[in-house]
Amino acid sequence: MAKLVAVTIIVIAILSAIPILRHTWWMAEDISTHGALIDEQMSETMAEAGISFLASQFVLAFFIWKFSNPQPGDKIKNFPGGAKAMVWAAFLLVGTEALALGVFGVKAWANVYLTPPAADAIPIQVQAGQFAFYFRYPGPDGKFGPIHPDLISEATQNFYGLDQDHDADSKDDIVTAQMAVPVNREVHLLMHTKDVGHSFFVPELRVQQDFVPGLDVSLHFTATKVGKYEIVCTQLCGLGHYNMKAYISVLSQQDFDDWLKKQAALQ
Amino acid sequence: MHDMAKHEAVAHHAPTSFISKHVFSLDHKVIGKQYYGMALLAALVGMFLSWLMRVHLGWTNAAIPGLHLLTKNGAPGDVMTPEFYLQLMTMHATIMVFFVLTTAPFAAFGNYFLPIQVGAEDMPFPHFNMMSFWVTFVGFLVLVSSFFVGTGPTLGGWTQYAPLSALGEVGGPGEGTGVVLWALSIAIFCVGQLLGSLNFITTTLDMRTKGMSLWRLPLSAWGWFITSCMGLTAFAVLMPACILLILDHVAGTSFFVTGNIVINDQMQPHSGGSTLLWQHLFWFFGHPEVYIAIIPGMGIVSHVLMANMRKPMLSHRVLVYSMGGLAALSYMVYGHHMFVSGMNPVSSLAFSFPTLVITIPSTIVVLIWLGSLYGAKLRINSASLFGLGFISMFIAGGVSGFFLAQPSIDIMLHATYFVVGHFHLVMGVAAMFGIFAGTYFWFPKMYGRMMNETLGKVHFWLSFVGAYAVFMPFHYLGLAGNVRRYQAFTPDYMQPLIPLHRFITVAALITGAAQLIFVYNLIYSRFKGAPATDNPWQATSLEWSTPTTPPPHNNFGDKLPEVFHDPYQYGVESSVGDYVMQASPEKVKTEHDEA
Repeated sequence: MAKLVAVTIIVIAILSAIPILRHTWWMAEDISTHGALIDEQMSETMAEAGISFLASQFVLAFFIWKFSNPQPGDKIKNFPGGAKAMVWAAFLLVGTEALALGVFGVKAWANVYLTPPAADAIPIQVQAGQFAFYFRYPGPDGKFGPIHPDLISEATQNFYGLDQDHDADSKDDIVTAQMAVPVNREVHLLMHTKDVGHSFFVPELRVQQDFVPGLDVSLHFTATKVGKYEIVCTQLCGLGHYNMKAYISVLSQQDFDDWLKKQAALQ
Repeated sequence: MHDMAKHEAVAHHAPTSFISKHVFSLDHKVIGKQYYGMALLAALVGMFLSWLMRVHLGWTNAAIPGLHLLTKNGAPGDVMTPEFYLQLMTMHATIMVFFVLTTAPFAAFGNYFLPIQVGAEDMPFPHFNMMSFWVTFVGFLVLVSSFFVGTGPTLGGWTQYAPLSALGEVGGPGEGTGVVLWALSIAIFCVGQLLGSLNFITTTLDMRTKGMSLWRLPLSAWGWFITSCMGLTAFAVLMPACILLILDHVAGTSFFVTGNIVINDQMQPHSGGSTLLWQHLFWFFGHPEVYIAIIPGMGIVSHVLMANMRKPMLSHRVLVYSMGGLAALSYMVYGHHMFVSGMNPVSSLAFSFPTLVITIPSTIVVLIWLGSLYGAKLRINSASLFGLGFISMFIAGGVSGFFLAQPSIDIMLHATYFVVGHFHLVMGVAAMFGIFAGTYFWFPKMYGRMMNETLGKVHFWLSFVGAYAVFMPFHYLGLAGNVRRYQAFTPDYMQPLIPLHRFITVAALITGAAQLIFVYNLIYSRFKGAPATDNPWQATSLEWSTPTTPPPHNNFGDKLPEVFHDPYQYGVESSVGDYVMQASPEKVKTEHDEA
């Protein structure tokens, strides 16, 4: 039976690796300027973790095969090098691997989170609420009007709680239920929630960030490929969580300007 | 305290009435069995809930016959509503993490065997010990009761992120009374585990018999000792967090809720709280909890494997230091759950490094196990199969930790099924395999009968292949961006993943059904199993030196044993064979002095 266990472990290990190697189910195509570093980091980690996984399962299987069902008179043997060899191996192999991944990973992370947005980045607000996203563009004045939480009303479709009668900055604000951005232009996304925690995840953009009640969170990204992608919520926010989604359209500058004009006319 | 503790332990006599013997027992062995029974019940409930979830995830609009019997409003026409799915999910996770993975390997086996392995008559505080179980049991009842109250149990997930968890019914079904009962249950649970941890620590430090130095403790005892030290600190943080959460509901406080929250066009009457505060408190408990679930399994599996390899581990001390290192580091890594939470991005990097470093002690443990298998005389039985399976699962679940330790990669994998696959393998399946290894190994001592080996092996094969079939594909789903905690996969890009979900569902139903073989084996062997000898595995530690099997009320009869050897003297030449027991005064040639 031990040999069957050994073979099973090897078969399972190989079967587990095949979909990874073939990318049967894999990350969506990257359409961001910062994503290449993340993808590189992912590939390196996959290679190192994959080798560790296969090597240790193979060794486990081999030892089970070789050292089971002992014959009478067999003596136990000790691993040459003993525990010291194992401790050294762990520190050298895994330690350097962990250190390398950690150090390289800093760059990928810093690209997203530790650099300021470009001065000409397009500011777009996104507000999360049970169970929809709403987006706001500042209009020709380039300024967002203040939000009055007490005025937020789904009933009157004042999703952002704007007081357009009194706040001059609010008058030209454009609020939409879907998002559009121009291709190859940096976007400065200003995130807040009106109720509980939510999250903003666009796999193609290599962006995932929680909305935190009481905090204004921001991030910036540049989309590089025209198309329509999905924004989904990844922070459990209530019974409609699974259905909280919106589309982000990456448009040419001309199409984006036209779209924004059309949205302004609808306000 | 030393004398008082010993006095109380010695003072209680063998009980005579049914109640004092089987219900409110002071005997650590009975309490251990009570914990095991509760964990078994909880595991079956948790597994049943997961079956319902899996069927729904594969076939979202399908009616599950009889489902309406479980819920007032959650299953019109026997089709699961979105909120009922989330309620089942929350209860599945809470039951499994707290009432199975914490109680079975730690409280159940630890209660039964820690005092025996250190050579004591009982724990130093038997009344605390009894309370520990009954308090925990009440916690379980409070949790389950939420199914029958108001709008049902909470739907907020086992992590209960605020402010969803703190706003009351306005947040969704079950978010009022359901959350209060959840938090009350967990706070009660924490009290139970604090009492238990106190007993475990004092048992290990104060109750060791003559000759039993700390380094002569078996690895299973080390596992329970280290875990109890973690329990004492981790549960002490979760309990006040739960109390504050309850106050946010019943006393109008705003510990975890900020101002300006608008739901249903209504401003919520809160201000001044912090939602991230809950996450910090929760994960300061939550990450050590992962090791609370797995370190006893590491100890148990090492203990079981050595008896079946007929040789000691490459190094007893290195394993103990590694388990201790894991425990200490577990408090410094918790922030990796919060990389994209809105916490300062520099903190994410700070939490990333210890998370990568914790792979070093984990790797040492695995390499020591593998290196110790080299040159072994390995016996294949149900216990050792599950021990070997544990190693395989721990490796499989461990390597995915590399990904989740890195903030940049976490951008893609956070809150996806990759995470679900990772923790199910490394703390769920691996810990369960540890429980199974312990059960097949110790059942003869606990009940005086052997478990059925054929059924045990069938159970192993179905569980081993099944667990991989269920949880490996979770990683693929996560890579493809499949978000967790969805009751249906409505985004366009998740539609092509549904066939893989159906495969997982079928695998989960079969693997779950295989666990019923184990339950049958437990019940059958309890009454009809072949009688066990005092030491059926030719093992060395003190639980195999009791004068009777099962051990008498005071464990060792008239005289406590004296310990003469390090714990794992296998592969030596003695008058009884290739081992010498800790309590045997026989001097042997080539004694291992590694420990």
